[in-house]
Amino acid sequence: MFFRPLFRILPDDTHFAFMKARYFGLLTSAILSTLSVILFFHPGLNLGIDFSGGIVMEARTPGPADNAKLRTTLAAQGIREPRLQRFGDASQVLIRLEAQPTEAATQQMVTKVRTALEQAQAGTKVLRTDAVGASVSSELFHRGLFALGISLLMILVYIWFRFEWEFAVGAVVTLLLDTTKAIGFLALTRIEFDLVMVGAILTIIGYSTNDKVVVYDRVRENLRKYKSMPLRELIDLSINETLNRTLGTSMTVFLAALPLALFGGATLSGFAWVMLFGIVVGTSSSSFIAAPILLLLGEHRLRRDATVPPAKTPVKAAP
Amino acid sequence: MMYFSRLKTMLILLICAAGLVLSLPNLLPGLPAWLPLPTIHLGLDLKGGSYLLLEVDMNAVVKERLDGLVDESRRALDRAGVRPFTVVAQPADNRLLVKLGDPSRQDQALSALRGLATPSGQGISSRPDLDFATVPEGITITLSPVALNERAAAAVTQSIEIVRRRIDETGVVDPNITRQGSNRIVVQLPGIEDPNRIKELLGKTARMTFRLTDENANISSPVPPPGVDFLPMENNPNAKVAVRRRVEVDGGNLTDARAGQNSQTGEWVVNFTFDSIGTRRFADVSRASVGHPFAIVLDDKVISAPVIREPITGGRGQISGSFTAASANELAVLLRAGALPAPLTVVEERSVGPELGADAIRAGGISLAVGFVLVIAFMGTFYGLFGWMANLGLLVNLVLMLGVMSLLQATLTLPGIAGVLLTLGMGVDANILISERIREEVKNGRTPLNAMETGFRRAYSTIIDSNLTGLLAHVMLFFFGSGPVRGFALTITVGIITGLFTATMLTRLMMVRWYSHNRPAMLPV
Repeated sequence: MFFRPLFRILPDDTHFAFMKARYFGLLTSAILSTLSVILFFHPGLNLGIDFSGGIVMEARTPGPADNAKLRTTLAAQGIREPRLQRFGDASQVLIRLEAQPTEAATQQMVTKVRTALEQAQAGTKVLRTDAVGASVSSELFHRGLFALGISLLMILVYIWFRFEWEFAVGAVVTLLLDTTKAIGFLALTRIEFDLVMVGAILTIIGYSTNDKVVVYDRVRENLRKYKSMPLRELIDLSINETLNRTLGTSMTVFLAALPLALFGGATLSGFAWVMLFGIVVGTSSSSFIAAPILLLLGEHRLRRDATVPPAKTPVKAAP
Repeated sequence: MMYFSRLKTMLILLICAAGLVLSLPNLLPGLPAWLPLPTIHLGLDLKGGSYLLLEVDMNAVVKERLDGLVDESRRALDRAGVRPFTVVAQPADNRLLVKLGDPSRQDQALSALRGLATPSGQGISSRPDLDFATVPEGITITLSPVALNERAAAAVTQSIEIVRRRIDETGVVDPNITRQGSNRIVVQLPGIEDPNRIKELLGKTARMTFRLTDENANISSPVPPPGVDFLPMENNPNAKVAVRRRVEVDGGNLTDARAGQNSQTGEWVVNFTFDSIGTRRFADVSRASVGHPFAIVLDDKVISAPVIREPITGGRGQISGSFTAASANELAVLLRAGALPAPLTVVEERSVGPELGADAIRAGGISLAVGFVLVIAFMGTFYGLFGWMANLGLLVNLVLMLGVMSLLQATLTLPGIAGVLLTLGMGVDANILISERIREEVKNGRTPLNAMETGFRRAYSTIIDSNLTGLLAHVMLFFFGSGPVRGFALTITVGIITGLFTATMLTRLMMVRWYSHNRPAMLPV
């Protein structure tokens, strides 16, 4: 166990013909992404307080929380439509209020809720208060999107710089498909989309890019090595050669994020589930999306003599 | 790739040792005080506390400047004798409009008004803070944008100072008050679960003025006469007092204010002391107005309007006005700290109690431990000896991350913990790439030495490519993101860099050392 590896994830000489499934892969991905876009508009993302504005308060009541009583006391304070929700054990309650028209009104509301909580069940302790004004939340939203956009742009510029344009286009399209799916996942699971989720999506994009870069790197290397192998075979070969690494890394990242999803608590588990989803999507899209796109775009460009039979002996790669 | 000079080896080990030393203060909190090493700060979401984002009301800054300018213009025009005229503030356009009864005297009025401008900016960019123009209706005086920005920046700087003083008065330990953007102030209050008292304290501008009253004004008329405001009484909003706009003495001229009890009546009062300028002015005003009431005005409310019985020359005074012990104390605090140049609004509030913070630390700790064990077990199982070397590298990576974060005195937040975990998972990617590559080279029939050499070299360009993209993305996220994402981006950025070091330097060193020590005929891949 301490010297030689106990197991291999896959045997070394796999010959999966990934490119056979290229249309299936692209089609499935396109359908899923289209569904995601639909989900994005309807029902839309469950915007967290960072982006929607409003008030979230978490309180612990001395005994089991009496939501009915709490509701009436809140109503007596003139607070309309509070959303009450059990959170954790029976004595913990989460109170949500919509964004108020002005910042001052939001602040007044916080005070009112505090008073109401004390009235409803004396000894209630407010564990957490988040109050975000309307102007701040829209600003946070725009800044979050801006940060996401500029990071994405940097990744693209880098790939553009390092690879031929066919690779870059393949990566960009795949990343867009990956990102839409992550958004669709968020919309479907109703996991709150907040500031931290911007980080999650960016990490998914970064991870997915990393995976594509490794496969593309190998394709590029093999293009030099096997001067006359048809691109389709060459891409299949490259994916198979890097398959153990692809699975190995995705598994370590998956294993690292898994405990976060299980034990990370309310704030981080949503983040971690999105990460886990993104890891699966990002790993599979390298083989089933990014590589087929490269094949479609590069068939007659990256490899001019596709008709020449493949050379049996590899040509030594130039150092 | 297989050769490490003695110097390089030493350097690698030295960096690891430095990382260990730097991370120690976080692991052993009881370190002696003579070792002044920086530590990581825990974010408010982990240790509990309040975060307030305050916005300085810039409209108020502009309005106050315009109001002041209205008075100044009136006086200047009076002196020039160009009556009749009207001066109207137009805050939406940052300007005043002066209408003259006799348009032929426009030039005379203009030259009188030009005297109001003062230079703003510095050096060659210095220019008057007011722009004058003639329009069909009369003369406009516009606040120049440069001067406005300067004024706004000064208002924020001054506000930060006042906020700091007020918070210091409350005895909060280690408050952190910083500027954000052009008109916002971040206040972080560790250990404060309920920031209500602080919010109340910061919610008042506390601008106190001593002004004369206009006894002839008809308080029931709908519009007050020029230069007079009808202000409500603090303890009775329906009772109005006709107060002259002209400020005789300002709260800025106070040197001290203390809550106390009146020795005769026993009611709560605030005793204050003027500085020399305040003393002189107050003496002059009170001498000239014996027998007349004056008003003590706080934030446009009259606290009291006593009649001056005799000239007050000692520079000391007492404010009474149905105070309780708490409200007298609060007023004293506000007066000591000084007035805010403009009102502050709380635009974002986040407070976390210590219980939740402890829960978060526990959850983060458990996740970190479980994740670490899972990754290590995976690497050991699937990559054998080289996997264990990678694991050792991973441990060092964790220590280095802690060290670098301490050095930067970074703040560890809950999303930051998630970042640490993810870097653990991604950090071994380089090791996996190297191991897989060496294995391929062995399959291609290379000797162990040759396979390792080639494996390292070929894996490198891939490692750099794949890490650099992630690094770029997170650096951008750190600079352009806001709030909790930045903590996340920071830990990942640091983690990618230290991870690159441990995977490509430290573990490679271990592998090379192991090889040259054992000269194995077969590699454990």
